[in-house]
Amino acid sequence: MKNENSRRSFIKNISLATFSALALSGCNTKAFDDFLQQNFKTLSKKEKDIIIKNLGIKYKEKYGKEFHISDKPAIDGTLFGYALDLSRCVGCRRCVYACVKENNQSREPQIHWIEVLQMEKERGIDFAHSTAQYNPEKVPEKGYFYVPVQCQQCKNPPCVKVCPVKATWQEPDGITVIDYNWCIGCRYCMAACPYGARHFNWGEPDVPVEELNTEVHYLGNRPRMKGVVEKCTFCIQRTREGKYPACVEICPVGARKFGNLLDPDSEIRYILENKRVLILKQELNTQPKFYYFFGI
Amino acid sequence: MKDNFYENIKVSVILTSLYLVLLSGCKNKESDTIELNKVNTENEVSIGTAQTNDYAVEAPPFSDGIFPCTDCHKNLIPNPVRRVLVDWHDDISAMFNHDSENRWCLDCHDLKNRDSLRLASGKLLDFKESYKLCGQCHGEKYRDWKVGVHGQRTGEWNGKKEYLLCVNCHNPHSPKFRELTPEPPPIMQEDIK
Repeated sequence: MKNENSRRSFIKNISLATFSALALSGCNTKAFDDFLQQNFKTLSKKEKDIIIKNLGIKYKEKYGKEFHISDKPAIDGTLFGYALDLSRCVGCRRCVYACVKENNQSREPQIHWIEVLQMEKERGIDFAHSTAQYNPEKVPEKGYFYVPVQCQQCKNPPCVKVCPVKATWQEPDGITVIDYNWCIGCRYCMAACPYGARHFNWGEPDVPVEELNTEVHYLGNRPRMKGVVEKCTFCIQRTREGKYPACVEICPVGARKFGNLLDPDSEIRYILENKRVLILKQELNTQPKFYYFFGI
Repeated sequence: MKDNFYENIKVSVILTSLYLVLLSGCKNKESDTIELNKVNTENEVSIGTAQTNDYAVEAPPFSDGIFPCTDCHKNLIPNPVRRVLVDWHDDISAMFNHDSENRWCLDCHDLKNRDSLRLASGKLLDFKESYKLCGQCHGEKYRDWKVGVHGQRTGEWNGKKEYLLCVNCHNPHSPKFRELTPEPPPIMQEDIK
């Protein structure tokens, strides 16, 4: 007797169904190309150019705006470092919203790459007793200090180690980036990050079209999609062009410093050599390139 | 005997060269002090020339119509007596909070040349170089500012540094930063619908 439910017929049927579903859904070649796109790190210059051109067309259709999408690689001889002056930060959160705007973060559901923690002076740096929800009339509040936390751009990043598909990696200039198209949204990296610096797009990101920043980098602030992880990239779209990150420029008290760790004359090197510097959760051996210091 | 002779020559050569080095060193020092004195006695000011600006800085943030000071002061007889100002600049008197116990206008502003500042040494200074005036007391801030560590950073991390004057952020008459209104806190988890 012939078995109607053989393994062979099942596979035959399922593949037929898939192809017919693809055909029926009006799947154009572009969407098909998207689906088959390889990891960004493995792409040739030509392939990248095509992908970026198509992405530009896609953004134009979706947002009605001309995007300038860069895939500029790291500048030779650079290793980016960041320093934040804890003695000056007043916790005004200007950096948080400058970052949201610059990097096209979703407003609803809300994503903030920078979280400013308020800590009690009596306790010192104590994450368990800190809060990001402080909301007084005026800052700084007496008896408190403020520790803004964002991606620490570790030299030994645990998030990169755990990614099962290698969708996140460290670039030669020290910036850990994400290929949003390759990310499968498993959120292992979020569990691995000891700084809570990675954020997940639980919903379709919503950014008002008039507030979109159209100067974007493929591995940075280009508009993301639902189901991928994102985080601070030291404003890769700005810093690879020689500019300072948006949070550095906005800081009204000048607490944020940025520069090239390999340049002995840079501000960041001066700080490391002359100020009292600390890194967060040193015991985890993540080796952040984000330093906190006391400028006074 | 011969060895001794050479030894003597060696010693004298060394001694002579040492003496020469010492002499030249002294000479240099002497000329240095002379130049220093020259600078100290110099009481000239060259206002607005590009050479006086060691750092490319933003323009000083003058209130509207306040500068040049000589517009009003040229017709006034200078009064060097320390006092609280009541008729004019009373707004500054009211807010003045910069070691107000020990200092007043003419510690930084010049009595005769109203359009320039004045260092403790008596040297006159353009308003564009006011950082030198602040640096007299705030030496370590001045040191950090010069290397780009104190103060807000704009421009390019790998290009020429762009500087703000101290007074672009700090009111020179009341330099302490005022409190700020914070931006809204992030949405709490329980408020997410």
